[in-house]
Amino acid sequence: MRRKLDRDRLIGMLMVLPSIVAVAIFIYGFIGWSAKVSLSQWKGLMPNYTWAQPLLNNYLELFKDPRFQVDVRNTAIFTVLFVTGALLLGLILAILLDQDLKGESIFRTVFLFPMAISYIVTGVVWRWLMNPAQGTRMSGFNLLFDKLGLDFLINDWYTTPVWGIAFIAIPAIWQMSGYVMALYLSGLRSIPQELREAARVDGANEWQIYRHIILPLMQPITFSAMIILGHISLKVFDLIIAVAGKQLQLDVPAVYMWQTTFDGGFYSRGASISILLLISVAVLVIPYLRYSLKTEESL
Amino acid sequence: MSKKLFVVISILLMAAFVLSACTPKVEQTGQDQVEVFSWWTGGGEAAGLDAMIKIFQAKYPDIEFVNAAVAGGAGTNARAVLATRLQAGNPPDSWQGHAGQELIGTYVAASQIEALNFLYEEEGWKDVMPATLIPLISKDGNIYSVPVNIHRANVLWYNPAILSANNIAVPTTMDEWFTALDALKAAGVETPLALGEQWTAMHLFETVLLGTLGPDAYNGLWEGTTAWDSAEVTKAIDNYIKLLSYTNSDATSLSWQDAAQLVINGDAAFNVMGDWAEGYFRELGKAPKTDYGWAPVPGTVGSFQFLSDSFVLAVGAPHREAAIAWLRVAGSKEGQDAFNPVKGSIPARSDADRSLYGEYLLSAMDDWKTNVITGSLTHGVVANDAWKSEIDTALGLFLSSKDGAAFQTALVAACAASGPCK
Repeated sequence: MRRKLDRDRLIGMLMVLPSIVAVAIFIYGFIGWSAKVSLSQWKGLMPNYTWAQPLLNNYLELFKDPRFQVDVRNTAIFTVLFVTGALLLGLILAILLDQDLKGESIFRTVFLFPMAISYIVTGVVWRWLMNPAQGTRMSGFNLLFDKLGLDFLINDWYTTPVWGIAFIAIPAIWQMSGYVMALYLSGLRSIPQELREAARVDGANEWQIYRHIILPLMQPITFSAMIILGHISLKVFDLIIAVAGKQLQLDVPAVYMWQTTFDGGFYSRGASISILLLISVAVLVIPYLRYSLKTEESL
Repeated sequence: MSKKLFVVISILLMAAFVLSACTPKVEQTGQDQVEVFSWWTGGGEAAGLDAMIKIFQAKYPDIEFVNAAVAGGAGTNARAVLATRLQAGNPPDSWQGHAGQELIGTYVAASQIEALNFLYEEEGWKDVMPATLIPLISKDGNIYSVPVNIHRANVLWYNPAILSANNIAVPTTMDEWFTALDALKAAGVETPLALGEQWTAMHLFETVLLGTLGPDAYNGLWEGTTAWDSAEVTKAIDNYIKLLSYTNSDATSLSWQDAAQLVINGDAAFNVMGDWAEGYFRELGKAPKTDYGWAPVPGTVGSFQFLSDSFVLAVGAPHREAAIAWLRVAGSKEGQDAFNPVKGSIPARSDADRSLYGEYLLSAMDDWKTNVITGSLTHGVVANDAWKSEIDTALGLFLSSKDGAAFQTALVAACAASGPCK
């Protein structure tokens, strides 16, 4: 019996070995390589692994770089708006769908559909919808507002000075809120009916039930959704490129990394940006992984 | 049984994959070949390349032409692929690049391309290409590429109907231009000057630099002899800020085609764009002189700000002789007259067959022969990639802040960090 077990284990190990090796090389190996490049003086076509002087020079330069400051600011605005927007909209949709609606599965599918589209497609479509042209060349939402007589809503969209990045959150929310809805909906379904009934017996109204019973029970889901949306928004690249192209006003770290590395040949600077992105995502994800591991163990 | 069969088939399949990976990449057919790398995969560019390949194949029937073109946005993808191949020591025989510092700063600095002076001597190209062009595509007296086509960057496109309706003559100096723009604005023209996304703003900026400084001081900016913190550059930035006040508010959402189209459609009076815009206007079925007019950008009369696609010879090219044969075709009158009428550009040689070219291109050919040649920044002639990308960042920050002094400081820093300034 024991021998058999050992043999199974061995076969199991052999089966996963290729992927372990691949992950070790192509993920952790290249993370290490990027870290090394980020500490080097590599600028130009051919690799130059001479250590930077001082060692963290590329990072120090980045923190002084006005463009990187724009990137951090844009990412912060985008993340806050996108995460709160998608969470709120997702929760509202889930609560609405939870009201024993007729044709619920149709609505559920419709709300989930946007998630199946890539950000590039979303970006191109919303670029047309949010066309900032005014006057005779008006199109998209601006034209709609004009026809409906809602002229005060006509605006510059993502070309708005300073706050343009905020409008990029709209397509992102449109795309991801359905996913958040699905998460919340499964959570709402798992709450036993008895809890609500008990609360009603105690004289709580619907608002109080949601405020004091359901929302607190949704906390782990909110937490997971925040992590998932948060790391998407830190890494955002395709949506920005599709809507805005390469323009500095809507720059984010991933776009800067790409441009400076492949257009400018600043490989060491690009690697530093990528390592900073990795760290920012890790700060978000690692506590989550620890938390979910712990809860799994306690189960 | 079926389980055994499954295992056998799996093993056979795996063996097939492994073996197919082992086949040599180059088919050994016994004949010579040349691998040419480019980003010409569509439109007039690909058609022009095909026309040139035909001539090559007629002249050298024993050499197989391998067209290693990579698609995608103005060569960004192709250049990333090329960088990977060069870093792995696996260069194509010849590749396309913007003539000038974009090639020199990247590939000469990394010792990846050979000097071609011998070819220029043998083929007599120095006699048929403008003398002021040669220094712009050389480093330390060595010429590194064969320009196939020439585009002009400093072209002002205008809507003749709007100008004549407002009694405005085509401006030739910066001051005349501002007067014209003011008059148009006063007459209620919504967008006197059409502008597109960020790179078109850089394109406009380089022509304003040339228009304000003149060709000699402008060339000096890139050689390190004109100071970036000089009063002339400040003046150019002021002119630029003023020009931006006449542009459309949705510039950042427009491609160069969109911006050029504003002029054709009568929504804007002027647009500054390279002369590939002419090919676009023709595609739209518009007629020269009636639907669109052209002139050098005000202040740049007598200067030809050029950009060019060119081919190079790789150091360690696997088929060096065949690659040189390709370059001979690329620089020949026949090759250039096959490529350019299709692409919508003019040949780098001044002895082209004039019957093949349209009205605009003929005027560009005349200017190419007589004007002072200067290089374009946006299109890779005057600054290496690192310098250009630093200027692009400075410009991007400036476009949102409109802070001219900070812009100039950043330009000075960019020249010191990645250019010839000390």
